Amino acid sequence: VGKLVVLGTAIALAAAACGGNGDGASGDPLTVYSGREQELVEPLLNRFEQETGIELEVRYGDSAELAATIAEEGDNSPADVFFAQDPGSLGAVEQAGHLAVLPDSIVNRVDARFRDPDRHWVGTSGRVRVVAYNTDELSADELPDSVLDYADPGWKGKIGFPPTNASFQAFVSAMILELGEERTRDWLERIKANEPKLYERNSQVLEAVAAGEVEVGFVNHYYLFLLKEEQPDAPVANDYLPGEDPGALVSVAGAGVIDGTDQEDEARQFVEFLLSDAGQRFYVDQAEEAEYPLVAGIEPKAGLPPLSELQGPQLELDDLGPQLERTLELLNEVGFTT
Amino acid sequence: VTRPRAPLALVAPAVAAVALVLLPLAYLLIRTIGGGTDALRVLERSGTLELVLRTGLLVAAVVAGACAVGLPLAWLVTRTDLPGRRTFGVLAPLPLVIPSYVAALALLGAFGPRGLVQRVLEAPFGVERLPEIYGFFGAWLALTLSTYPYVFLLAAATLRSLDPTLEEAARGLGHGRWAVFRRVTLPTLRPSLAAASLLVALYALSDFGAVSLMQYDALTRSIYLQYRSLFDRTPAAVLALVLVALTIALLVLEARTRRGASVRAGIRPAARAPLGRWRYPALAFCVAAVGLFLAVPLVVLVYWSARALPLGHGISFAWEPALSSVLVSAIAAAVAVLAVLPVAFTARRHKSAWTAWLERLAYTGNALPGIVIALSLVFFAANYAGFVYQTLALLVFAYVVRFFPQALAPVGAALESVNPRLEEAARGLGRGPLAVLATVTGPLISPGLLAGAALVFLNAMKELPATLLLRPIGFETLATEIWRYTALGSYSRAAPPALLLILVSAPFVYVLATRRGSTAASPG
Repeated sequence: VGKLVVLGTAIALAAAACGGNGDGASGDPLTVYSGREQELVEPLLNRFEQETGIELEVRYGDSAELAATIAEEGDNSPADVFFAQDPGSLGAVEQAGHLAVLPDSIVNRVDARFRDPDRHWVGTSGRVRVVAYNTDELSADELPDSVLDYADPGWKGKIGFPPTNASFQAFVSAMILELGEERTRDWLERIKANEPKLYERNSQVLEAVAAGEVEVGFVNHYYLFLLKEEQPDAPVANDYLPGEDPGALVSVAGAGVIDGTDQEDEARQFVEFLLSDAGQRFYVDQAEEAEYPLVAGIEPKAGLPPLSELQGPQLELDDLGPQLERTLELLNEVGFTT
Repeated sequence: VTRPRAPLALVAPAVAAVALVLLPLAYLLIRTIGGGTDALRVLERSGTLELVLRTGLLVAAVVAGACAVGLPLAWLVTRTDLPGRRTFGVLAPLPLVIPSYVAALALLGAFGPRGLVQRVLEAPFGVERLPEIYGFFGAWLALTLSTYPYVFLLAAATLRSLDPTLEEAARGLGHGRWAVFRRVTLPTLRPSLAAASLLVALYALSDFGAVSLMQYDALTRSIYLQYRSLFDRTPAAVLALVLVALTIALLVLEARTRRGASVRAGIRPAARAPLGRWRYPALAFCVAAVGLFLAVPLVVLVYWSARALPLGHGISFAWEPALSSVLVSAIAAAVAVLAVLPVAFTARRHKSAWTAWLERLAYTGNALPGIVIALSLVFFAANYAGFVYQTLALLVFAYVVRFFPQALAPVGAALESVNPRLEEAARGLGRGPLAVLATVTGPLISPGLLAGAALVFLNAMKELPATLLLRPIGFETLATEIWRYTALGSYSRAAPPALLLILVSAPFVYVLATRRGSTAASPG
């Protein structure tokens, strides 16, 4: 026990010493809370450091958990920038009053549909809702033109999706905004009658489609490219739905500057970099997962239909967040979640 | 026996330790009260009762499963002439080191649709579908895998040190072997089974990885969904308080189970029972259990790792995160054992209603999912103790808060098995209290201290949610490495750190498995 006490004291001192560094050094690094995966964005962030000489400290985590963290930290958040997967997480931090207003010169780099109308956050890359399908079981011309048609009993037992995933829920919110609650409920109930398979993650849905466990999956477009990294011969392809179909929602990952940061200039520089030609070209030249660049004039990776051809429902992405509570209740009432 | 009132020098640190462990609860109350009447609406929702029932059903089934696997294994390994019993004794508790999210992914990889097992069976037998693993069954299987080692370890430790004379007397009185087990052995095992069941139940209540990957709606999953989707922290806090209420119910139940039981350590080991014609069925049971819960996940992980080779990114082992994991977990283990000592001494050496409740209170936060503990410490540290926020010290503190009962249970049990007369005699001979602790009690309870430290260490090694939010920026552990790749579905790159985690943790399980344990391990 005596040894334990000595050891414990030594450890406490060591821990205190570890805790002491980091702050107060000259040229404080810029702190980024990133809900975007390290594997995907690290090369991009390294490039920012090289180009600007500004050092970054990046906390990686789940977008929604990081949003909750910023809310709990309140005015004492160490974060200078929030780089998130989805408009929902950004909207939540904005609603809690923790995002600063961005200058027009930054937000105007992207089309109005990809940013917050109040300029608290701006989209930095695009992701499109698609129907991923098993190419052994189905050919493209067997697929319906609207996600609504998957409610047809012919699709019984063939559909998979992740009901708890933020992107899926954003799609349902879009459907409510487009078609109203009654038609959305009706669609969800008929989908439910088709006995879909439910998964936790988009990547699991893709694997299930690849394995033939289901024939189609409702996911974001880029999971296909991640799957192909792991299983190059997987029999899966994406079907992009035409027109303003709710199943063709185009959403974004984006960024905002934390209100009250003492490094507002550097933080803005960071967001500016994400929207610079170099920052946008990253999604074409380097990224594993083929998201869409949002700045006009930069074409996406080969094999992706150009963004201008994709419409999706015409709505403000910022309106999806407030809709979410209703969406969750609906998913709950229909029996997809508890 | 009346005991002297606990001295302030003991009570003050004990109360302080428990108060710190209760920080997450304080946070939940702040959030719930802040939510006003919204909080009540969550309780009134029809789904909430169903959630509680579903959670209760899963927890009961996991406890039953863990006992059904862990107890026979422990008895076979410690008390019979089972062939290969030493090997099984080492292998059986190893699944303890597999994080439940890894266990769930590996079980899905093996038994899921088009998983390894089905593909192996497809060619020769034409099997096209295995029974559905998603849902209750899968969650139960994954959680049983993660928790039966608790039952095994505590039961084996008791069986090893049990006084054999009672059983021998019962045999001498003409009872058959089964009757002896049922009427003599099992009742003496009751306290350790109750204690193990409590740890199992708390684990099952708090786990998120297995229930989410297996798509079973339990309270934790609902709490995570509230945080992830709604950004409204009140409903999540209310549901978390429901978990706390369930925990208190369990603690009361466990205390009742233990009442009146007393166990005496034997002075010589018991003779091993010959299995006779049961030898091979017993062996088959052990092979099946270790095969299903250890070999299957390992094979899947190795298979995933090997899948990286043709993809050209090779198999790389993350040694630096491994070192970080070991370091921070070891510190947490040492701090936890020191922190539980005053609580254990207060509750076990100065027994009264309030000291029993002090010990029980220390368990109440253990069923909370990691995200709740993480956010509560974010709240307190960022706003009231900025100097520790996002430092290693806070991460260690989070582990101690989260795994306090894992250390308290074995240390308390060890103290219970030391006769206080020994300490009184030493005091009577003129030794001071600290000298008695160092020279008499300390050596006697050292197996309990070691066991507590090992349990905290193993749980800290696989902890993810609090690690993600509270670690210093850039501090990678094996758990965060696994998360980094599974989040993308890149199992070929998630598998090597998972294997490394198991490899590094295994020696500590060996320490746990071979100790001659103390008996009762529980609060109250």
